[in-house]
Amino acid sequence: MSAASGPGATGLIALSAAELAERLSAGEVSSVEATRAHLERIEAVEPDVHAFLHVSSAALETAAAIDARRSAGEQLGPLAGVPVAIKDVLCTVDMPSTAGSRMLEGWIPPYDATVVRRLRDAGLVPIGKTNMDEFAMGSSTEYSAFGPTRNPWDLERIPGGSGGGSAAAVAAFEVPLALGSDTGGSIRQPAAVTGSVGVKPTYGGVSRYGAIALASSLDQVGPVSRTVLDAALLHDVIGGHDPRDSTSLTDEWPSFAAAAREGASAGSLAGLRVGVVEQLNGTGFQPGVRARFDETLELIAAAGAEIVEVSAPSFDYAIAAYYLILPAEASSNLAKFDSVRFGLRVTPPGGGTVEDVMAATREAGFGPEVKRRIILGTYALSAGYYDAYYGSAQKVRTLIQRDFAQAFERADVLVSPAAPTTAFRFGEKLADPLAMYLNDVTTIPANLAGVPGMGLPMGLADEDGLPTGIQAMAPAREDARLYRFGATLEALLEASWGRSLLSQAPALGSGLGSGLGSGPGSGPGSGPGSGRGGAR
Amino acid sequence: MSDITAEQVRHLASLARIALTPEETEKLAGELAVIIDSIAKVSEVATPEVPATSHPIPLSNVFRPDVVGETLTQEQALSGAPERRDGRFVVSAILGEEQ
Repeated sequence: MSAASGPGATGLIALSAAELAERLSAGEVSSVEATRAHLERIEAVEPDVHAFLHVSSAALETAAAIDARRSAGEQLGPLAGVPVAIKDVLCTVDMPSTAGSRMLEGWIPPYDATVVRRLRDAGLVPIGKTNMDEFAMGSSTEYSAFGPTRNPWDLERIPGGSGGGSAAAVAAFEVPLALGSDTGGSIRQPAAVTGSVGVKPTYGGVSRYGAIALASSLDQVGPVSRTVLDAALLHDVIGGHDPRDSTSLTDEWPSFAAAAREGASAGSLAGLRVGVVEQLNGTGFQPGVRARFDETLELIAAAGAEIVEVSAPSFDYAIAAYYLILPAEASSNLAKFDSVRFGLRVTPPGGGTVEDVMAATREAGFGPEVKRRIILGTYALSAGYYDAYYGSAQKVRTLIQRDFAQAFERADVLVSPAAPTTAFRFGEKLADPLAMYLNDVTTIPANLAGVPGMGLPMGLADEDGLPTGIQAMAPAREDARLYRFGATLEALLEASWGRSLLSQAPALGSGLGSGLGSGPGSGPGSGPGSGRGGAR
Repeated sequence: MSDITAEQVRHLASLARIALTPEETEKLAGELAVIIDSIAKVSEVATPEVPATSHPIPLSNVFRPDVVGETLTQEQALSGAPERRDGRFVVSAILGEEQ
């Protein structure tokens, strides 16, 4: 859990959130200094990375207020003064909240999402809003209406999606922490392809009030970071019951940070049963992903865990069920964009009825993937098709839950690669929507069943030198188990590499890159083959 | 191959209130046919005895006390409206000329 300092990242920006918080609390550094360092980093690397849609003009002021409260002797929360980025799907009263769509360009919500409110109450410093696929529909951030985010490891490649902005921002050391949202993998898959950490909590574990809804029975807000402990610290801040979200669980949650600390110092996985799901075991995945996964399993076994093989036959139907349930729910959720109460209004030439205005607005305001999914969802819910499609998909969901229940009788946690490939090149999957959908094959089951999942780095693929990620899943409400296991595994992996994965990322902000056209080979240490040494 | 016609897409788009261009309609018809072909396999395992799950974590009837809470002001509620007048949202004509 050492600080991951990339060649281009030194000083305050190279610290983990936990380390930065410690220095802030000890008075060794001020929040203004920390925030300024991150703002400077943002300014230096954003022309290359484009992780942010908006950078806050109030961040330094917020930081100064935290510093003043600390100097006055006030007891502040553990992450007070630490900068945090917020995925643009979350409502913020002081920054535009667009969900990556022209439909909401420039829209400033009249209220904060509960998770944003909790960040502010805990003294974190919101530094900006991160880029995403439009309305969180996509696996590459290429469907953002405001241009793609680039992967800090290779600027010609995607950072994953939909939360590519949050993952790229932490991987590029622009911020130590970010919020994401995960409907079918939008936190975990970007973590995998950027070498960062991301957690989808148990469904209902984190409030969604003020999160612009995609598919309400699947969406979950969660933390994005560079270390497991940092994710746990952020989860502790945002989690817990919210009366404003009727799907919010009333459970009392343990401290996830305590679980992560316990896991990091354990050094052993003795007594733990780690299940490998036959249907997600890496067969047919990119060879470098498969190789790192198999090695990681060996590491897990060597640390004392019992590896058990489990089978979940219905997982083979998960993508199909997901691409019926998600579009159906999305077509309903996105009906709110009606050109009346907020967002865009486009009046057709010569005027028209409210229906004409609505149709012209939605034609102009939605991008291709959003239209595709709304039409697909409308189809799935149509009379005559409902039972065969939507009804059947909900039954598959039951079967997937049963498979999980059986698997968790034999295993305490389940593991799989977090994504079937490393980061692909821009444009590679745009012409084939199905190919894009398949990228979420390992992450979707957890959303359908509501169980928590974590993505964390497991090394670089031999063939392209790019990050690969492992996913761990636990039964519903057992998020703490995930943090304990994740922190132990992270410590074991980093010990085997001798350093963190992100410390091997190429330098950014050297001025070589400013935009597309820079890529492999353009900067020191960038491109295929570099950084292969330790992290395998 | 599922047969999705441009006419069907036009109908779906009108239900979803999206004024697709003819090019988009044609393209979507082809794409939807491929997507639907691949997702239709859910019916293979969705046998009658399997119950449907609509929500991942069972919850029912979440009540709260019926008291006045924090609400948006009229100004806040109208703050994002594309067009407003006299403290209200402005809506285009509801009825067309033919009605």
